[in-house]
Amino acid sequence: MRRCFALLLLAVCCLARAEITLPDGRGGTLVLAASPQRIVSLLPSLTESICALGGCARLVGTDRYSNWPEPVRKLPKLGGLEDAQVEAIVALHPDVVLAAPSQRVIERLQSLGLRVLVLEARNHLEVHGGLQMLARMLGVPDKAEPVWAAIQVQLQQAKERVPPALQGQRVYFELDGAPYAAGSSSFIGETLRLLGLGNIVPAALGPFPKLNPEYVVRAQPDIIMAGARSIEEMPRRPGWASLRALRERRVCGFDPLQIDLLVRPGPRLGEGALRLADCLAAWTRER
Amino acid sequence: MPHGDRRQGRLLLALLALCLPLGAAGLIAGSQGWSLSDLAGPDAALIVGQIRAPRTLGAWLVGALLGLAGAVAQGLFRNPLADPYLLGSASGASLAVVLVLAASSFAGHAMSLATADLLARIGLVVAGFVGALAGVLLTLVLARGAQQTTRLLLAGVVVGVMLGAGSDLVTTISPEALRGKQTFMLGSTGFLGWPSVALMALGLAVSLPLAWRLARVLDALTLGVESAESLGLALPRLRAVLVGVLALSTGIAVSQAGLVAFVGLVSPHLVRRFAPAPHGYTLVASSAAGGALLLAADVLARSLIVPQELPVGVLTALLGGSYLLWLLHRRGVR
Repeated sequence: MRRCFALLLLAVCCLARAEITLPDGRGGTLVLAASPQRIVSLLPSLTESICALGGCARLVGTDRYSNWPEPVRKLPKLGGLEDAQVEAIVALHPDVVLAAPSQRVIERLQSLGLRVLVLEARNHLEVHGGLQMLARMLGVPDKAEPVWAAIQVQLQQAKERVPPALQGQRVYFELDGAPYAAGSSSFIGETLRLLGLGNIVPAALGPFPKLNPEYVVRAQPDIIMAGARSIEEMPRRPGWASLRALRERRVCGFDPLQIDLLVRPGPRLGEGALRLADCLAAWTRER
Repeated sequence: MPHGDRRQGRLLLALLALCLPLGAAGLIAGSQGWSLSDLAGPDAALIVGQIRAPRTLGAWLVGALLGLAGAVAQGLFRNPLADPYLLGSASGASLAVVLVLAASSFAGHAMSLATADLLARIGLVVAGFVGALAGVLLTLVLARGAQQTTRLLLAGVVVGVMLGAGSDLVTTISPEALRGKQTFMLGSTGFLGWPSVALMALGLAVSLPLAWRLARVLDALTLGVESAESLGLALPRLRAVLVGVLALSTGIAVSQAGLVAFVGLVSPHLVRRFAPAPHGYTLVASSAAGGALLLAADVLARSLIVPQELPVGVLTALLGGSYLLWLLHRRGVR
């Protein structure tokens, strides 16, 4: 009898120890009975974080844009930011669903009894915080720091690769041809700053403002970064042919996979910075 | 009607006079707010000559084409609610433009609305024209002609929604085809350059005189189809030409600036309210009113939250919509 009681006590202790409490990202707390074994991720940066922390095998489904690392490509695709497929997600019986705050599907999933962890990284600090939180959720709290340290090493390497002559040069980073830019206060702007580069879009304009195209022409950025296709067509926009950066080819045009690296605030942040630095180093060597 | 004549003259004069300050504002309003010194600065040729001047003229021309299309539609279908949007012609034009962009992206020669060269731009205009024509014709077939107003409007709304869904489908399958989709769906004047201005000016130069020559047909139609036929007008042929004018002006405007809402609907209302007149006058004045309205919206779009921009279509919907609401309210009181 006493032995039984001791066993019971042990079990309760184990259960209590396995229980994981996390801030759910919306002012409340999320209590998970145990570290989740079936995870759905609805944001590419979160998918990548889970995999970087060694949890890739626990993913059972992702949004349609998650494409890294390779095993993720074979998982069921469950829609995007606006059109996540509730039924398909529920059918996968996930222990937890990872989502961004702007996703409309969150309330619906919660009302169906699913656990939803809402995470968003708007800057490097929050990338770090997100990694720590996901590592705790996965039950491997020690793994976050090595991943973050690796990112820091890459950022440092990238900084060293940027030719000294380019220090302080002002960058125009275009996200979309409307034109939307990545401003100083965005995490892309933060990466640029860490590399010793400036930005034509001040922090006051917010992270990703839609600019008057004339603003870019006036600002005469020293360096232009955008998708390769956008770079190609820029000289044909009214007045843009006068941009010195375009005329002198001080541009970095990225292919879609490289763009992924740059616009996702996840574990490949440092790799994105390295690609940026490599581009700058390459055309400085050519000269 | 000397009194009416005077009002008509005054309105046209006011619209033209309005274009001067608006045009000047268009040249001064920039990414740094209002600044006269830009006009003479070292970059004036670039900033004013290459960017603001074509944008200002372009905005006026888009508005003028849509105003004309609205006036033609309302006269042709004898319906004050007819406009390029409610007849399915704008959504037809946008579907055709999106299809061409998607095809070009699949073929590896991706074009974009902002930067297509003149030849590609002409291709987009042709696509816009064909799409607009197809949209109107589909509406007319579904409504079994333009006789029944309710049928016509219902058919137009259904065709508009379906063709709009078609555009959505294409951009969902091939997101690369239309980068800045939101900008296109809300209308955009940000990248209008001299090639666009040349094309739209040419379009207006063709469609406005053509519509003006056919104004008497629209006048006759106000008396009813039978009366018009009894006047010896070859109605089917003349109507077809007018549908062509409607499709041409809508197609050109949409292919250059995307879907700018409400200008086509509001401009003729504005004109008729201040100066009721035969169609010859209404067509010209609606064009001028549309131009002034869109130019005002464009100047506001780029100067309200400098150096950021608002979508110009949102402002036209707000401005035009408030005017229509006010009109409804006034009528309700009477």
